[in-house]
Amino acid sequence: MTENKKNVWVFAEQREGELQPVVLELLSAAQQIAVDLDAQLTAILFGKDIKPLATVLAEYGAEKVIICDEPEFEIYQTEPYTQQLYALVTEHNPEVLFIGATHNGRDLGPRLASRLNTGLTADCTKLDVDAETKELLMTRPAFGGNLMATIICPNHRPQMATVRPGVFKAEKQPVANSEVITVPSVVKSTDVLTEIVRVIKENSTEEDITKARIIVAGGRGLGKAEGFALLQKLADKLDGTVAGSRAAVDAGWIKSARQVGQTGKNVQPELYIACGISGAIQHLVGMNSSRIIVAINTDKDAPIFKTAHYGLVGDVYQIIPELIHQLG
Amino acid sequence: MQFQLTATQIMIQQMVREFAHQDIQPLAALTDETSTFPRGSVEKMQRYGLLGMNIPAQYGGGGTDSISYVIAVEEISKVCATTGVILSAHNSLFCDPLLKFGTSVQQEKYLVPAAKGIKLGAFALTEPNAGTDSASQVTRAIKEENGYRITGSKIFITNGGEADFYIIFAMTDASKGTRGISAFIIEKGWPGFDFGRVEEKMGIHGSSTRELIFQDLIVPQENLLGEEGRGFKVAMQTLDGGRIGIAAQAVGIAQGALDQTVAYIKQRKQFNQEIAKFQAVQFTIADMETRTSAARLLTYQAADAKDKGLAFSNLAAMAKLFASETATYVTNKAVQLHGGYGYTKEYPVERMMRDAKITEIYEGTSEVQRMVIAAHVIG
Amino acid sequence: MKIIVCIKQVPNTKEIRIDPETGTMIRKGVPSIINPDDKHALEAALALKDNDDEVQVTVLSMGPMQAKEALIECLCMGADEAILLSDRAFGGADTWATANTLAAAVRKIGEFDLILCGQQAIDGDTAQVGPQLADRLKIPQVTYAQSLTLEGKTLTMDRQMEDGWQVIKTQLPALVTATRKLNHPRLMNIKDIVRVTSQENPVQVLGLADIQINPDETGLKGSPTRVKRSFSPTIGSEVHMINGSTSDIAGELISVLQELLLVKK
Repeated sequence: MTENKKNVWVFAEQREGELQPVVLELLSAAQQIAVDLDAQLTAILFGKDIKPLATVLAEYGAEKVIICDEPEFEIYQTEPYTQQLYALVTEHNPEVLFIGATHNGRDLGPRLASRLNTGLTADCTKLDVDAETKELLMTRPAFGGNLMATIICPNHRPQMATVRPGVFKAEKQPVANSEVITVPSVVKSTDVLTEIVRVIKENSTEEDITKARIIVAGGRGLGKAEGFALLQKLADKLDGTVAGSRAAVDAGWIKSARQVGQTGKNVQPELYIACGISGAIQHLVGMNSSRIIVAINTDKDAPIFKTAHYGLVGDVYQIIPELIHQLG
Repeated sequence: MQFQLTATQIMIQQMVREFAHQDIQPLAALTDETSTFPRGSVEKMQRYGLLGMNIPAQYGGGGTDSISYVIAVEEISKVCATTGVILSAHNSLFCDPLLKFGTSVQQEKYLVPAAKGIKLGAFALTEPNAGTDSASQVTRAIKEENGYRITGSKIFITNGGEADFYIIFAMTDASKGTRGISAFIIEKGWPGFDFGRVEEKMGIHGSSTRELIFQDLIVPQENLLGEEGRGFKVAMQTLDGGRIGIAAQAVGIAQGALDQTVAYIKQRKQFNQEIAKFQAVQFTIADMETRTSAARLLTYQAADAKDKGLAFSNLAAMAKLFASETATYVTNKAVQLHGGYGYTKEYPVERMMRDAKITEIYEGTSEVQRMVIAAHVIG
Repeated sequence: MKIIVCIKQVPNTKEIRIDPETGTMIRKGVPSIINPDDKHALEAALALKDNDDEVQVTVLSMGPMQAKEALIECLCMGADEAILLSDRAFGGADTWATANTLAAAVRKIGEFDLILCGQQAIDGDTAQVGPQLADRLKIPQVTYAQSLTLEGKTLTMDRQMEDGWQVIKTQLPALVTATRKLNHPRLMNIKDIVRVTSQENPVQVLGLADIQINPDETGLKGSPTRVKRSFSPTIGSEVHMINGSTSDIAGELISVLQELLLVKK
């Protein structure tokens, strides 16, 4: 086969038989990387009874899928996954390994990178290949988003990178004849160092803001918790969801599950209305992929106006009620 | 002569400032509104070692110097004058006299738990008819076989009802005037010791200002603090130190009001500009700042002299006099610069103005301070 | 029981401003603080110490001499011992080299039962050092801890997940990374401030010569990743400002959104 061809690997995290959305986003982003490196795009999948997922991975561009389908991989645990992936990486020597920065991905990535004595760059927002050196260029925010850095891993392989959910868009790029290979587990029971006693899902009727099409978000400029009740009214009119900046969450005006930003969630709605949000970098990194951004703020110099598509200088407490009124 | 804070004092300032901001400030308005004694804050002050902070470590205290203590009272009072006086009364009016005049048995029994902050203390001198003229008090302590029988009352006692331990004063020999007063340590819950009315006040609403009632209260001999008939000295020396605590509280109130005002004038716009740009406003701020800084330095100086064992009564009097009048001045101006908003409860400055006034009155009125200072100068 | 808490002194990224002219980050004058997640890790250690006198808490950091301040603050919160790894050779390290260097220091410290780290640092935001350190030391790791209990040698944790949490058990020695949900960190206290500030050298400083490490595996030399370039994030294109009376601008915005098919006509 193409044994001499380079490999670009994407670790495909699954939970309860479903692929994590970030995996599909990563595969889509890895497409171009594989092309630039003239490499084969491969997905690595661990789990129990997860073979059907190989089809989905192929739909999103995986030319090859390596599967380890064993009981010990049913639920993610650090050491079994690290060991198994370590064994596969040392056997196949991929040029690049991408892992989605879910809680599990951020647990696995660094431990694996340490074991492989290679470099890992976390939370990349941009991935490119250097035309000359063919090195992976991994760009990520630092200092709370105040600085962007492009990182390289010149002398160690694989070049590892994690990417947060919602940074890239998932796009189908079906591959015909995607190859599926099954490998055995190398994990012994003595390798399992932690025990999962219980898994608890939060019984929330909370809407997932990352799935929202329209978001009405509030920040410090709202001045009080009651402001969010007003935003909710507008959101209801628009069939949207309410979210908040870190400042609003810290003030206790809105739950942290609805926080947008560097330490909150990344959202990519069709419409993002930022009310009383100044536009600090930490917030922008969480929403600047929104298709249309509207900003309402009393301060005409607020940084948000540099990011927004449409800006309204004025008092939220006057404009929002008027919007609600005119929307009928 | 050292005008800069030491590394220790800076760290203490940083810690108390963060504590005040994080734990005390969020409760200040509610404490004022509901006149609730902030028991939770007292427990937190104990946890961080603020109660008894200036008592030597061998007695369970924090072992800090007096300037650190002044810094702590100021930082707390910036956000809540009520909590500031609870701290000050406990440390200066209860712990300090026990340190100075207590026997080792009394120190073991009363100072140690107070210095550790597990027990709260109070000091009771004032009576309905004996304020400035404290020598004309009528609470009587009749000598009996194993101690004293005390009958009378005290009013306006800070931490009254909330404190576990009290230093009280009573006449053991009415014929001797000031030389007939003795000091005693008593405990809440003793038969014959009751609490009367809680005063509703203009300010420091959360501070429990209460009447103490003694009806045939039996106090054992070993609870006599200092010598019999030397109680007045205990009271006066204690108040000297207490003045420094109140000066610190007043400096804190002033600084807190000033900080609020600076923030307000920078965001309030009239005639198309921040009112902070108007010269009249700026000059007022300059006056507020200068007086507060001067008050602070007088307070530090008194604290420093006390620690060095130098005569500090005059310095403490000047600090308390000037700081309290500064607090009144600054809070008054603070409300003024806030305009109409300053008069509403939405902003904290109206509370600070109400809180400030008492600093000119308790622990020796400004008139008393003037007497002390004049006597020092003129002889 | 010996607990090691890894601490990093970081600039307070909330206070970072961008120079309006150059568009670059102004680093000067930004106060340095203990990384918030690390404070939660330290609090967990101190809470264990509150209930058991036998617990010894050592705080460990790698950084410039200035990081001593952060460690002193930790001592004033109640930690027993503070060690700073500071040497030119350690500078410029990425997370791999940092974890490697910290591991060498841990080996020098000797026996330990538990290592607590913050989930991530607010300057790097990578969340990598904790797990990498655990791997170097060959001990189990549990990340995203939002609650922690210890019974003998068994550690039980709630591990935060995106949609809930997992209850995980592991045996000591182990490494745990702490999230902000774990606890409410205490402040410094008077007694420890007085005690620590009266000591000449409350923080022990270790250099390259003091630990067993290959000089090629530390600092910039030992970093598999390096920064190719850094730049200020650029923000998008021109904004379209909508002006007028409240009713006008509301009306215009609604029209625009209708045109964009975001609002029903």
